[in-house]
Amino acid sequence: MFLQVKNLTHIYGAGTPFERKALDGVDFSVGPGEMRGIIGHTGSGKSTLIQHLNGLLKPHGGSVLLDGKDIWSGGIREVRFKVGLVFQYPEYQLFEETVAADVAFGPKNMGLSGAELENRVDEALAFVGLDRSVKEKSPFDLSGGQKRRAAIAGVIAMRPRILILDEPTAGLDPHGRDALLDRIKSYHRELGGTVILVTHSMDELARTVDSVTVLSNARVLTEGTPREVFGQAELLARHGLAVPGVTAVFHRLAALGAGVDPSVLTVDEAVDQLIVNS
Amino acid sequence: MLKDITLGQFFPGKSVIHRLDPRVKLTLVTLFVTALFTARGPLTYALVFIWLAYAVIASRLSLRVFFRGLRPLVFILVFTAILNALYTQGEILFSWWIIKITREGLIMAAYMLARILMLVTGTFLLTYTTSPIMLTDALERVLKPLKKIKVPVHELAMMMTIALRFIPTLIEETQKIMSAQQARGADFESPNLMKRVKAMIPLLVPLFVSAFQRAEDLAVAMECRCYNGGVGRTRMRVLRMGFIDYAALTAAIALCAAVFILR
Repeated sequence: MFLQVKNLTHIYGAGTPFERKALDGVDFSVGPGEMRGIIGHTGSGKSTLIQHLNGLLKPHGGSVLLDGKDIWSGGIREVRFKVGLVFQYPEYQLFEETVAADVAFGPKNMGLSGAELENRVDEALAFVGLDRSVKEKSPFDLSGGQKRRAAIAGVIAMRPRILILDEPTAGLDPHGRDALLDRIKSYHRELGGTVILVTHSMDELARTVDSVTVLSNARVLTEGTPREVFGQAELLARHGLAVPGVTAVFHRLAALGAGVDPSVLTVDEAVDQLIVNS
Repeated sequence: MLKDITLGQFFPGKSVIHRLDPRVKLTLVTLFVTALFTARGPLTYALVFIWLAYAVIASRLSLRVFFRGLRPLVFILVFTAILNALYTQGEILFSWWIIKITREGLIMAAYMLARILMLVTGTFLLTYTTSPIMLTDALERVLKPLKKIKVPVHELAMMMTIALRFIPTLIEETQKIMSAQQARGADFESPNLMKRVKAMIPLLVPLFVSAFQRAEDLAVAMECRCYNGGVGRTRMRVLRMGFIDYAALTAAIALCAAVFILR
């Protein structure tokens, strides 16, 4: 499924003294099966952008196209089943008596029932790595990390063609964060659907996504593979964004004449390079 | 939709009215309302009107703000005016079928209309020029004597402050949860009433859960800072009466007395 955003503009509080442009002529497209990262500061327009992708917000200018068709030309609920959006801290949306019932909320709204519904729930719970034993538990009895996974399963159960996650790892401990990212990666690998990951963490992006879109001040600043984007360390720094920690260290080493290649993105790559060098 | 909810809307400013001590403002409004309800006849009404008009002009707020506030009241105003016009006995000016409009009725309706309009505008002026926090502070001070008869004045004021503080937070929270459930296909706009009521469950359950969580967090945070009620508490904003406060108070008492005498 091909997702395209053309010249998208969104203004909060239009016509009041508090008027603020949240998106200003944003062009953006994601191909089928791509794993895309979106980074930017708080207030750069990330959250506003992704809420346009499934029609929670209506553009004030420009358009959002799904396979070439404007999402506002037909039923918007159908679009929301195709483009699954997991909000920040999604555990706050849990409400049912059991985990299974909560995960089933989305697919049920799609009109599914019986064995198909059951299948979707089991499949989604397996994807996020939750044991079947939690199915009959109350979602409010789960641990923080488990709640997060259950909430993500609630979106995955709709089998969206495009899955968008807004800071899925915020507030998790390092172990929970790595486990969740691995789950998202394997979900992407096995289903081949499009995944869009919004995050603050450069390290997370460097080792997860195929391509990165950088937003700054309501516009797209730059776009490309993580290597291309993080190669522009100066541009990023000018806009108050950093490169991954290990990349920054290698930039310094290179500047000090250590003879290393500063284009490394992950710790594993760095280790490999150092071992080859020595 | 939710953003349109305004409660005790406050327009920050630096006018004389804004700078008045909130306790004085509360007293002024009370005096004003008393005067308004004792007024009878054109002279006293004119006096009260001049008083209000002066205050509105001195607040330097745009008149449009007041009109916007009055808009939801149009129905009540029209209704009151019609009732008064129809049900007052007196010299008949116009009659048709069972409807009789009397001269006294029309005059009564006009007075009633003026009274309600001035009452609402006067109280609006208070909330428009006083921040909610200042207002609860002032209420606490003014109601302090009730402590003698064991009314938990401080606790009530604190509850009000907290409630006001959390209205925007809860609105934001509601919006967020609504979006999240809509992303899972929840339909809050269904024309079917039953469906719409049922759609509230996925919204209300998480909202209550997080509100209780917030209350708990707030209680812990307050206890961490040794909050133990109003006993021995000092304030960050100490209310002090200045020259304009005394001047305003004197003027208001004089006006109130004048209305009493001239009615």
